[in-house]
Amino acid sequence: MASIEIKNIVKQYGDGFPAVNDVSLDIADGEFMILVGPSGCGKSTLLRMIVGLEDITSGDMIIGGKKVNDLAPRDRNLSMVFQNYALYPHMTVFENIAFPLRLAKMPDDEVRRRVTEASDVLELKDHLERKPANLSGGQRQRVAMGRAIVRQAEAFLFDEPLSNLDAKLRGQMRTEISRLQRRLGITTVYVTHDQTEAMTLGDRVCVLRKGKIQQVASPRELYEQPVNLFVAGFIGSPPMNFLPATPKGDRLETPFGEIVLDQKRAAAVAGHDLLLVGIRPEYFEDASLVDEAKRPLGSVFTARVDVTEWLGDSQFAYIPYEAPESIQTHLRELSRELDAEELRTQAIVSIDSTSRIREGREAQFWLDSRKVHVFDPETGDNLTRDAEAGAELTRMATQDRVEQIEEVRAASVGAA
Amino acid sequence: MSRREKIWWWLGGALIVVYCLFPIAWIVSLSLKAPSDLNTGGFLPSALSWENYDLILSGGASDLFLPALRNSFGICLIATAISCLLAMFAAYAIARLDFPGKKVILSTALIVAIFPIISIVTPLFNLWRNIGLYDTWPGLIIPYLSLTLPISIWTMSAFFREIPWEMEQAAQVDGATTWQAFRKVIVPLAAPGVFTTAIIAFFIAWNDFLYGISLTSTSAARPVPAAIGLFSGESQFVEPTGAIAAAAVVVTIPVILLVLLFQRRIVAGLTNGAVKG
Repeated sequence: MASIEIKNIVKQYGDGFPAVNDVSLDIADGEFMILVGPSGCGKSTLLRMIVGLEDITSGDMIIGGKKVNDLAPRDRNLSMVFQNYALYPHMTVFENIAFPLRLAKMPDDEVRRRVTEASDVLELKDHLERKPANLSGGQRQRVAMGRAIVRQAEAFLFDEPLSNLDAKLRGQMRTEISRLQRRLGITTVYVTHDQTEAMTLGDRVCVLRKGKIQQVASPRELYEQPVNLFVAGFIGSPPMNFLPATPKGDRLETPFGEIVLDQKRAAAVAGHDLLLVGIRPEYFEDASLVDEAKRPLGSVFTARVDVTEWLGDSQFAYIPYEAPESIQTHLRELSRELDAEELRTQAIVSIDSTSRIREGREAQFWLDSRKVHVFDPETGDNLTRDAEAGAELTRMATQDRVEQIEEVRAASVGAA
Repeated sequence: MSRREKIWWWLGGALIVVYCLFPIAWIVSLSLKAPSDLNTGGFLPSALSWENYDLILSGGASDLFLPALRNSFGICLIATAISCLLAMFAAYAIARLDFPGKKVILSTALIVAIFPIISIVTPLFNLWRNIGLYDTWPGLIIPYLSLTLPISIWTMSAFFREIPWEMEQAAQVDGATTWQAFRKVIVPLAAPGVFTTAIIAFFIAWNDFLYGISLTSTSAARPVPAAIGLFSGESQFVEPTGAIAAAAVVVTIPVILLVLLFQRRIVAGLTNGAVKG
């Protein structure tokens, strides 16, 4: 087990295009780090540079205190799960899992013991003599993981391991990976474009965009204190709503009425003419269902609902709004970068599932103004980010992780 | 498919099979005719006769045919083995590596394959006589390589391209050297491709006549097709047709056996299940 330090790593392809551009990232021993971003952001390239399948143009890759820039993959002692599993079809499941041990010339009984142990953990016991071709997608996925955990690697690397599974299996395997990582307490780097995986698995998440790091933080910090428009729009599903706003004193004028800002935030946004205010869908509510005590903390506005979606446990309403041309251009550009569908200028609002708001009618909504963020549409910067509150969230997450790993290590010492 | 369509398919298929197999059936029937029966005009022999087989396997033609059979087997197997081994490395490099001159190698191979043999046979004849390769096994193996290598490289590189690159990368991450990854993962996966290539290469060498007749003079290296060409009747008035037909049947048997034996391996898609299917 080891820490991974990435220092000013650059990857330039033959045509000079920088797929990864000056990335620096410290991954602590035992940490679960997620690399996330839209396609083409360089996350897979970065992972492949860690494992050694891709040359490093410049910068340092340090694993366990040792510079590995020029080491071949086999000398780095990392294990990797590929997106399409890359199982060896001519070998049985047993031999697939045993392959790294066989290469290390481990004695037969030791190989048998280790493979049995790994297959117990992954519930593959009954399939050891079968060939990968006869396994289901989930089983193949587990064999690929078995091959990764069977030896004492310095770190696990996952390259979108769940993207080939159907939704139900994906959820199962996600929790399984999480449990396994906690149990083994091993440093893990996990590439995904799925933000559910990013949010649920990671101790910290690194959001990449066009080869550059946007923000590295715990999932909670990313969600509550995003550093810019890109991160705010990428994290969260349904995505954050961005409304055009013009500041007037300590108020913001938006298509959904006026939003009152506290003093600190009002000071931060002063001096701009046109802003984007970012509001998560769950900051809205059907005004008739809001507690009287909560009501004064936000503002109430009336709007016409275009479409509602009732999902049983929750309900979404779509509210169209008008936006100036310049804002629309910015939003279109943003949604293209996020691989999202063409954003129409409509807000997605989460309301209580018991709400009787109807499509095509006017309705009253309440909006919690305490947690809104205000962005500069030109630079994309979050003007109201509370860095300290964010850092506190990540500090808490780190604390949790350290405690968990200590527990695991204490338990394994006790067992041994 | 409706009943009528099925009938038409069967009919069409049967027609093609008859068209293809008729010459073979003719040869087989010829080989089973006694010399006196050859010109009676009937398709089937009037009486089964093993005379022709006796003649080539133990009779007067056996000292021409049997050494030739041995030569053919030896030379073709060696040529096939060498060409498969060389083609395997070449095709791997072509499929996996980016190096200058890759296109040149591939197109050169193609040019060699389509180059008419007849134009180089005479210079080769002189050259071989001068350097002592005339009428020897290596003297045939080397030209056979020029026939089999191009097609081997082309077919095998197509097979190698089909193997997902992740296989090899996974092996390297698992701790394999490039050579180990090649030997333990890529070669077993490419086995169906190697078998297919080997069979094609073997056929090409096995069927050659021109090099065989031009570069040999004795039974030291003369292959079967050349030997068959030298068959003669008992006197100048007796045609060796029956013996030639029998020899043709004998040399066709190994080819048919090869295909039957390996057809499973050729067809089996061994890469099934390697990646998400």
